[in-house]
Amino acid sequence: MAQFQGVDYFMIDGLLSEEERMVRATVRSFVDDEVLPIIEKHYRDGTFPMPLVGKMAELGLFGTTLPAKYGCAEMNNVAYGLVMQELERGDSGVRSFASVQSGLVMYPIYAFGSEEQKDRWLPALAKGEKIGCFGLTEPDYGSNPGGMVTRAERKDGGYLLNGAKMWITNGTLADIAVVWAKLEGEVRGFLVEKGTKGYTAPEMKGKHSLRASVTSELVFQDCWIPESNILPNIKGLKGPLMCLSQARYGIAWGAVGSAMATYDAALNYAKSRIQFGKPIASFQLIQEKLVHMLNEITKGQLLALQLGRLKDAGTVKFTQISLAKRNNVHHALEIARMAREILGANGILDEYPVMRHANNLESVKTYEGTHEMHTLILGEDITGIAAFH
Amino acid sequence: MKLIACVNHVPDTAAKINVAAGGTSIDKNGVNFVINPYDEFAVEECLRLKEKNGGEVVAVSVGSDAHKETLRKALAMGADKAVLLKTDDDRDSFGIASALAGYIKEQSPDLVLFGKQSVDGDDAAVGGMVAELLGLPSVTVVVGLAIDGSSVTAEREIEGGKETVKASLPCVITAQKGLNEPRYPSLKGIMGAKSKPIEERPAATVPARVQVVGMKKPAAKAAGKIVGTDATAVPELVRLLHEEAKVI
Repeated sequence: MAQFQGVDYFMIDGLLSEEERMVRATVRSFVDDEVLPIIEKHYRDGTFPMPLVGKMAELGLFGTTLPAKYGCAEMNNVAYGLVMQELERGDSGVRSFASVQSGLVMYPIYAFGSEEQKDRWLPALAKGEKIGCFGLTEPDYGSNPGGMVTRAERKDGGYLLNGAKMWITNGTLADIAVVWAKLEGEVRGFLVEKGTKGYTAPEMKGKHSLRASVTSELVFQDCWIPESNILPNIKGLKGPLMCLSQARYGIAWGAVGSAMATYDAALNYAKSRIQFGKPIASFQLIQEKLVHMLNEITKGQLLALQLGRLKDAGTVKFTQISLAKRNNVHHALEIARMAREILGANGILDEYPVMRHANNLESVKTYEGTHEMHTLILGEDITGIAAFH
Repeated sequence: MKLIACVNHVPDTAAKINVAAGGTSIDKNGVNFVINPYDEFAVEECLRLKEKNGGEVVAVSVGSDAHKETLRKALAMGADKAVLLKTDDDRDSFGIASALAGYIKEQSPDLVLFGKQSVDGDDAAVGGMVAELLGLPSVTVVVGLAIDGSSVTAEREIEGGKETVKASLPCVITAQKGLNEPRYPSLKGIMGAKSKPIEERPAATVPARVQVVGMKKPAAKAAGKIVGTDATAVPELVRLLHEEAKVI
């Protein structure tokens, strides 16, 4: 297969720095050489490609924006976004792994942790020697995390944790779980280490989506958390919501990568598939679809890039992240479905990446704030009226 | 060891190339330029030799400011410093080799590595010319390299097989695909490249020995011919291959 050349109808490359383009080139080659050749088999088998962890770490794809003293690349948010874009061109599950490790584990330890916690965990997480997961969602509390029932109880020298989390990416693989629980009625963050008595993380089976990613339950039964493992510098729901802003930001970029993959597959297919004696790309109905795909990718690229520039300037609002996540994932899924239609029956085969992306995006549209919740967040922002209270 | 990797900034192999007005050069507008793919093997080999033996890797390029992008890629891969021998002219191979030879002579490196050819002009000439200008041994199209004290053993590709040769250091090596698997610049490498120097010097000038007088794209391929769709077409196919195409 020819090397992927990117989609850049609006000369957006000119808005990127040389470093940002170099980062993208590195991750693009990595995805072509290391992810695409193995991903369909992992997807079919329902396994996460573990050999990629060390390779991603070596390239610096975990905690990309965090300081060099923790072994991180200390790059800007646009470079981080481009990493997410290229990884998700490979697979949403691979991007999810890096998103969770970076935005949901390394970020809260960096932002809310003690110096000891940072020194102990961040270098190991950056090197991929340790894997992390993030426990917020519960079986009965998804869009409404404030209702969580997982509880921590203060005891001498630590805490007793009880409850359960669900839909946790990397849960079974994780050496360290960042778990949010109520302590005396207030949401607090705890670092739960693998092997802690009373802590189990069984894998959830039967997924038709994100099959190359591990999704788990986390179960805590009188699980003992030493005082040194509470995140000292954050209280309240704001903590996990700040983490989600990091992850949603990465998803806004990642969705563009997924859309590029399915558009590229559809465009190449349409130009080579002959029906009625000519390539199907010559039919108006196909052209309309391809143009719509390109159009939405271009808008999504500009949205993601400006979002990144705002984040780098420190002025981004969480509602802007909601808009970009909502828009880009919605259109990535629409583009994947259109690509499936253009590929006809071939679209359902794993010889092409299209159905895998379409299936993955069903999850991406729902996780990290459903499409609907982002709509209501934006609705509240522009009307001043919350529709969900 | 002092190791020099000579790198060129060339059109991306996937780029669609058009001839510029005047008919003697390519139209660079809208063309993405990258490090010459064979030069990546040269840089990678230098980095591996440094990791094994210690020393310094210097990446050198002859060309315009645009070549800095390729030099920064070499720095991001791990080269210690970079030198741009600056010229805005499109030079012939001898002009490039002369500029490089002057710089390399002054540095007295242990080993100079090139890609076996640049995928722009495809002359495959500069490495050999530099060796000749410096009076150094040169080994071309190398797919395996081992350093032992002051000698180098290189495996090189020849028609239908491989040849192993020995040479003494210092020498010039040109790298072929298969010598190694070039690393991707890591994100830390890319950040680190920002603080590494790119030294700029004017490229020494010599009169061109070769001048491009014309450049044109290959003629568009004619449509294929379908002789038939079953076994009855075989005799006619054989006849055409023999008489018209003259391949059997």
